[in-house]
Amino acid sequence: MNLELPEDCQALKRSLREFCEKHVKPKAREWDRTEAFPLETVRELGRMGVLGVRVPEEYGGAGMGALALAVATEEIARYDGSLALTVASHNGLGTSHLRIFGNDAQKKKYLPKLATGEWLGAWGLTEPGSGSDAAGMKTTAVKRGDKWVLNGSKMFITQGTVGDVFVVLAVTDAAAKQKGITAFVLEKGWPGFTQRAIHGKMGMRSSDTAELHFENVEVPDSHRVGEAGQGFIDTLKILDGGRITIGALAVGLGRGALEEAVRYAKDRTAFGHPIAEFQALRWMMSDMKTELDAAQLLVWRAATLADAGQRFSVEASMAKLVSSEVATRACNKAVQIHGGYGYTREFPVERYLRDAKLCEIGEGTSEVQRTIIAREKLKGV
Amino acid sequence: MLFPMKILVTAKRVEDPESKIKVKPDGTGIVPEGLKYKINPFDEIAVEEALRLVAKHKGETVVVSIGGKEVHEQLRHAMAMGVDRAVWVNHTGPLDQMAIAGLLKKVCEKEKPDMAILGKQSIDDDQNQVGQYMAEWLGWGQATFASKHESLDSDAEKSKTPALVVGADGKTVKVVREVDGGLGTVECTLPAVVTTDLRLNQPRYAPLPGIMKAKSKPIEELTPAGLGVDVAPKLTVLKMSAPAPRKAGIKVPDVATLMQKLKTEAKVI
Repeated sequence: MNLELPEDCQALKRSLREFCEKHVKPKAREWDRTEAFPLETVRELGRMGVLGVRVPEEYGGAGMGALALAVATEEIARYDGSLALTVASHNGLGTSHLRIFGNDAQKKKYLPKLATGEWLGAWGLTEPGSGSDAAGMKTTAVKRGDKWVLNGSKMFITQGTVGDVFVVLAVTDAAAKQKGITAFVLEKGWPGFTQRAIHGKMGMRSSDTAELHFENVEVPDSHRVGEAGQGFIDTLKILDGGRITIGALAVGLGRGALEEAVRYAKDRTAFGHPIAEFQALRWMMSDMKTELDAAQLLVWRAATLADAGQRFSVEASMAKLVSSEVATRACNKAVQIHGGYGYTREFPVERYLRDAKLCEIGEGTSEVQRTIIAREKLKGV
Repeated sequence: MLFPMKILVTAKRVEDPESKIKVKPDGTGIVPEGLKYKINPFDEIAVEEALRLVAKHKGETVVVSIGGKEVHEQLRHAMAMGVDRAVWVNHTGPLDQMAIAGLLKKVCEKEKPDMAILGKQSIDDDQNQVGQYMAEWLGWGQATFASKHESLDSDAEKSKTPALVVGADGKTVKVVREVDGGLGTVECTLPAVVTTDLRLNQPRYAPLPGIMKAKSKPIEELTPAGLGVDVAPKLTVLKMSAPAPRKAGIKVPDVATLMQKLKTEAKVI
């Protein structure tokens, strides 16, 4: 068993770290305050190949694996959770759906521009009335000749307004339930397809979130992704991969919070001593470090299984469950260590805490992860 | 018409200034435990300049590093940025600047580049001698401390324009260099050795597809014996010691006191 990151992952970690120190760290607070999507920085990441981590080289991507995407996401999240969420969702959801389940023509048309960030990708699954219960979606697609007509809406869609390419799930055969859902690829600007930005999120504020509306949107059958009725089954596979990256994102936020806490605790004095000398705080930081390392190993295990072509679904759920809860706890402790200053926007730890909370909700809540783990691990009980 | 260029660059492995560097208690060197390493930042600037020149002129870039197997990390970094191939001079143990220049001279004679671009110095022992020795021993032109007129925020920099200007006949290079009190320009015949200063360019971040491609780019192994260079050090490090800690500053009540202290105590004005 080798616990060292492979050389290419170390190189990408170093490259992203240098980039983020210079171009993300100084700006993340302002992006959060103004809810500004940092398009220029995202484009720059695209030029570095960070938006095509898993896209094969023949389509202009880096051709790297799940572990590399996890490492990239973690490293960006150390500096800014919102930007990491943009990178994770662009790579892991919309782009991955096309990469894995798209046909040759769809891959040729979309992947090269998604890989360089010229186009941004989004993925429409959640609806106003269905989140964890994804199969309860109401958006419909009705076949008319060689076209499909979409009606309905989607909720909390990342890259919803800045996205150019959308993979959207819709019910094509209500009677078949989970086996009656189909995926389609849509482009921004198609008649009847509109987006409305959602503002006022607690965290992840400079990540773009929107509602999507479909009113008699005509989609050619050539834009169907995968077989009709196969969409939900494919979606579950995308979610498995997405959970690894959300786990990695959470670990990155936790590590960022820990580094800030350590720096502050060494600097701040009380009763004539740096507060880092007090046992109560030392134990807090020990717990943060230990739990984050454990979470990181769970993420790396799930990613390594995925890259080896083995089943990783439960492992991804475990990684996502532990990482998100550990991260929220660690960020909460980091605020506590900062005392009154931690409760202000002058220090980044309150932002890390707000961002981390999303990781317990997005891509399957902690409750859904526990349900999946129990279902797989307690078979027959 | 532009002549294709072959450019040789260096990638020295140095201690990452972000890691904590401590001197051993017996003064024989630094404590290696817990240290991180990276490419010498001045060499990274050299790599960037070479890549820009070759993007403009076409041709080839070759990166050289001297050291144990661990320097492959720096060679791969340069190749991830875009350098075509690498030469590794396999040698462990101390090297002084004359030995390094001697090895690089031999590599240049073998590779026959149009230009060798090196960092002006490495950030570990800051000798600032290798480029000069090399040029002298090769009998090539030299231009040290290459810089440029435009700022690092300029449009020329953003469009990744090379700062070194190669003549239309491909026989000369014009180099803006940092000199005391400003910038000067020299023109020298090719082949030439150019050493880079800090404000020459902003090196690119290694792109992810580049990192993957670098894995399959070739690294040729050479040895000092094979190159026929005697690398026995002519210099001996007697003792290493950390600089004295900075003394605490003082607060002065007003400008008059400040001026008076600068005159009488600091004696700087």
